[in-house]
Amino acid sequence: MFIINCPFCGERDQSEFKAGGEAHIIRPRQPTELSDDEWAEYLFTRKNIKGIQFERWNHAHGCRKWFNMARDTLNDEIKAVYKMGDKPPIE
Amino acid sequence: MKNNLRVKTSKLIDETYRISFKFNGTTYHGFKGDTLASALLVNGVHLVARSFKYHRPRGIMTAGSEEPNAIVQLHNNSSRTEPNVRATEVEIYEGLEASSQNCWPNVNFDIGAINNLLSPLLPAGFYYKTFMWPASFWEKYEYFIRKSAGLGKSPTKPDPDIYEHRYIHCDVLVIGAGISGIMAAKTAAKNGLKTLLVDEKPNLGGSEIYQNSEYFKIDNQTSGSWLEKEINKIKKIENLEIKTRTSVAAFHGYNFLLARENLTDHLPIEQRKNKTRHKLLKIRAKKVINATGSIERPLIFNNNDRPGILLSSAIKKYTDLFGVACGERIVLLTNNDSAYETAISLIQRGIKVEAIIDNREQLDSKLLYEVEKSNVKIFKGFTIVDTSGYKRINKVSIMKLSIDGQSVVGPKTNLYCDCLGISGGWTPTVHLFTQSGGKLKFREDDQVFIPNTNTLEQISIGACNGDLLLDEIIKNVPKSLKKFLNVKDFEYDDLQVLSSNNKSKRNIWLLPSDKVLGKTKPFVDYQNDATAKDIKLALREGFRSIEHVKRYTTTGMGTDQGKLGNMHALGIISETAGAKMGELGTTTFRPPYTPLTFGTIVGRNVGDYFDIFRKTPLHDWHVNNKAEFENVGQWKRAWYYPKENENMYQAVQRESKAARESAGILDASTLGKIDIQGTDASEFLNRVYTNAWSKLAIGKCRYGLMLNEDGMVYDDGVTTRLSENHYIMTTTTGGAANVMGKLEDYLQTEWPELDVYLTSVTDHFATVSVCGPNSKKIVSSVIPDLDFSDENFPHMSFKEAKIGKINCRVMRISFTGEQSYEINIQANYGKSMWEKCMVAGNNFDITPYGTETMHLLRAEKGFIIVGQDTDGTMTPIDLQMDWIVSKKKYDFVGKRSLYRSDTIREDRKQLVGLITENPTEVLEEGAQIVADINKSPVEMIGHVTSSYYSPNLKKSIALAVIRSGKNMMGQKLIIPMEKKTINVTVTDPVFLDKENKRLNA
Repeated sequence: MFIINCPFCGERDQSEFKAGGEAHIIRPRQPTELSDDEWAEYLFTRKNIKGIQFERWNHAHGCRKWFNMARDTLNDEIKAVYKMGDKPPIE
Repeated sequence: MKNNLRVKTSKLIDETYRISFKFNGTTYHGFKGDTLASALLVNGVHLVARSFKYHRPRGIMTAGSEEPNAIVQLHNNSSRTEPNVRATEVEIYEGLEASSQNCWPNVNFDIGAINNLLSPLLPAGFYYKTFMWPASFWEKYEYFIRKSAGLGKSPTKPDPDIYEHRYIHCDVLVIGAGISGIMAAKTAAKNGLKTLLVDEKPNLGGSEIYQNSEYFKIDNQTSGSWLEKEINKIKKIENLEIKTRTSVAAFHGYNFLLARENLTDHLPIEQRKNKTRHKLLKIRAKKVINATGSIERPLIFNNNDRPGILLSSAIKKYTDLFGVACGERIVLLTNNDSAYETAISLIQRGIKVEAIIDNREQLDSKLLYEVEKSNVKIFKGFTIVDTSGYKRINKVSIMKLSIDGQSVVGPKTNLYCDCLGISGGWTPTVHLFTQSGGKLKFREDDQVFIPNTNTLEQISIGACNGDLLLDEIIKNVPKSLKKFLNVKDFEYDDLQVLSSNNKSKRNIWLLPSDKVLGKTKPFVDYQNDATAKDIKLALREGFRSIEHVKRYTTTGMGTDQGKLGNMHALGIISETAGAKMGELGTTTFRPPYTPLTFGTIVGRNVGDYFDIFRKTPLHDWHVNNKAEFENVGQWKRAWYYPKENENMYQAVQRESKAARESAGILDASTLGKIDIQGTDASEFLNRVYTNAWSKLAIGKCRYGLMLNEDGMVYDDGVTTRLSENHYIMTTTTGGAANVMGKLEDYLQTEWPELDVYLTSVTDHFATVSVCGPNSKKIVSSVIPDLDFSDENFPHMSFKEAKIGKINCRVMRISFTGEQSYEINIQANYGKSMWEKCMVAGNNFDITPYGTETMHLLRAEKGFIIVGQDTDGTMTPIDLQMDWIVSKKKYDFVGKRSLYRSDTIREDRKQLVGLITENPTEVLEEGAQIVADINKSPVEMIGHVTSSYYSPNLKKSIALAVIRSGKNMMGQKLIIPMEKKTINVTVTDPVFLDKENKRLNA
């Protein structure tokens, strides 16, 4: 069970949070312009990597804010948390 | 009863406190401080159990939680009885009742022991291989296999005990209160760190505490007395919490650990009343110190499982700590120096050591010389090739080991004994370390796995780190502690230590016999009866991965998780397959370290507290009026209100008729309500619903359908425009929280530029829905100041009103197809509003109806229920709701997905109505639909999603999803049931009042 440093509330138990999948996938501004393949890429294709993964998390039982997290899937170490819209602070 | 085998007074045993207990119906006596195991041994009882597969007689093997054999059933009654309890961990109390399990009729004469004779026919994988043919017979085999499977009996009545969960936060958690753990806890606590020390035993000190020998000294005192002084000192430190009888079950990431604190199991039953039995401790520690010690290894030789065969260290512990002699003529078999420590203890207490059989050839050991002084025969370079004694060992046969240790040579000698101690060296207890993600390395010198790398703030110290001897502990533990805790106040720098072990060891994983392997029974996993033969068979049959060999032979899969024999299994695999131990790795150690009862895991979440539930402000009224309830999401909703002897069907038929013919009243408070405000509120709704919202007039209501980005229907509900920039959205009861989350997600992450604020107000309002031809008359008399005329207050509109000083919001919207008014009022006035409606409706026989009637009424109208008629694979087009999908809007959530190649397929499953040929035949929801019953295999083209007998239409109606259903109007289909087939016709899903006349009647 992680301890997550919510950028708005500080360190809290993982049970207060909800994971929201891969981060930095931006909803296309003009979906109607996209081909089936391009839309499917946005809709379905997600990374599942061994190593540092960028994820969305929501402090659901707290401030209810969404934020991003860089997590090493190898050992669950959280390398960084950062706000929505910010660039990842690490590579 | 035999002679009393109590040989000395012990500090642990209170001989003034005599306790009587029953084992297999016989009454025995022990003293306070005894475990069930020590109390049985003192009474000369070794045969306590039968093994799982062959029903071989088994005895007590260890003195701790690693016990594989002596597992018993505790308590006689059907609520407290508990299977698979380790006799070595049970502290006796007055009135304790325990019995052997896995034997019938009793442990002395067990019919199942026939399996032992049949054992050549029962190799590894026997069940997999044998019960395959003929395949159709499995159901018949299964009955008998299930009957003989499993250990012990489960309780059949509710658990009367109380369990709790508790969170603990600390700077340092020390696991294990042996010598290393005590040093760690003292160091941490003395330096101001909030420290928690836990140990699974009732007393502190581990195995060093009873080491009272001139050969093991710290600062010129025996190591036992030095440790005792340390323990007395730490008990006074304020920021150190000590928990005994507390077993750490799991070590998760981020130093999150679960431990079970056992509070009452050692007390007589009558003293346990109103006390918590177990606490599940959820521990967050900044730093963790593993001081979990080590477990002595058995040796694997022919017939190594008889009652009376114990680990050598267990014999020492029973003697030193409990003052119990495990036998009167004891033989020891060893490959290292530990057995000599046992021998010295035994000799000190006057217990006869018959002989020591040492695998090693050349020996220069102080301990051995000491033992030799007492004229104990020592057979160097020998091994045991066989044992005898069915219910208690009485003889061992020994032979000389060949130089390579792979065979035996020379003559066979018999030694008579009543107890055999075995020592195969020590295995560091690394279970928790590996659970936490730590990786092990293999140390060739003494063939052990020790901690290597890990990512958490933790260290392993002492025996669990591979420092198995006292001098290594005293040398290495202080260094590790100083570095790990980075402390100033440190007192263990200059400890003087004397430790007399000779470190040599002759490791032979499978000791040879004069018989061929096939004729021997060398047990590796005692609890699951897996032998070295089984492991070799698995390798011959092609299994290579240790995880596969484990599952095929069930080695290490008992309740003890193979704490004793796993290393030998690995060793035998490694030797047979010619692989290196280090490369082979270990099987995965999984939580819990020792079994937990379900009660501990569940804690207080039992009965009414099993799951949280939500009640509406009208809940008490429903209860008082005999409503039956159903769970919808977390809510308790009134399901139907049976009168007198009505069953559900009768109640629902009556309620449904009343709602259409006069008036019905429903508690709709559970519907999700989201208050939406901001200058971009209309734009926001445009983006999250499929239809257009900009032009909705203030005071008007509109039904909306919400999709996922994949185009599938996600939720629906009516949203009302209260003012220019203010809406109130209703959602389904079960979907409310998810809809709120989804809307927030879009606002925060995709459209942060929108000026929109969301507030969940579900609990703020009570919602009373009155429907039926007389509904208008009823609500007019409840709210006399509001003009309810159709001109002023048409369908799909909203009015603010006052009853006296109380504000309420009234919406004329309908889920039943009848004229219908929803009154929303501050929650605490809900009950009074409901009661007012009941009074006003008295003349019209107003009928409270529940969710079942609501479902029936909406099905008559063909309205969908998201989650019942949809399942996450239905688009609005599939639901024949094309009308609600805006063609003009440039974008909304899910729009692009509505014309993916998959979603525009003509042959998707689509929502239709079904009418049965026999109008009284009601279909089963979930029933499968076929077009051609003669086609093989029969092709399922859809299923029934909603089905009722409509009292208003006087026929059976159903909704269904059917492949290409839209183009099948009027077509006849078949629903095959278990004993019959039902003929149905596909129809439009709207069965009643297609023209919506009733809404405006």
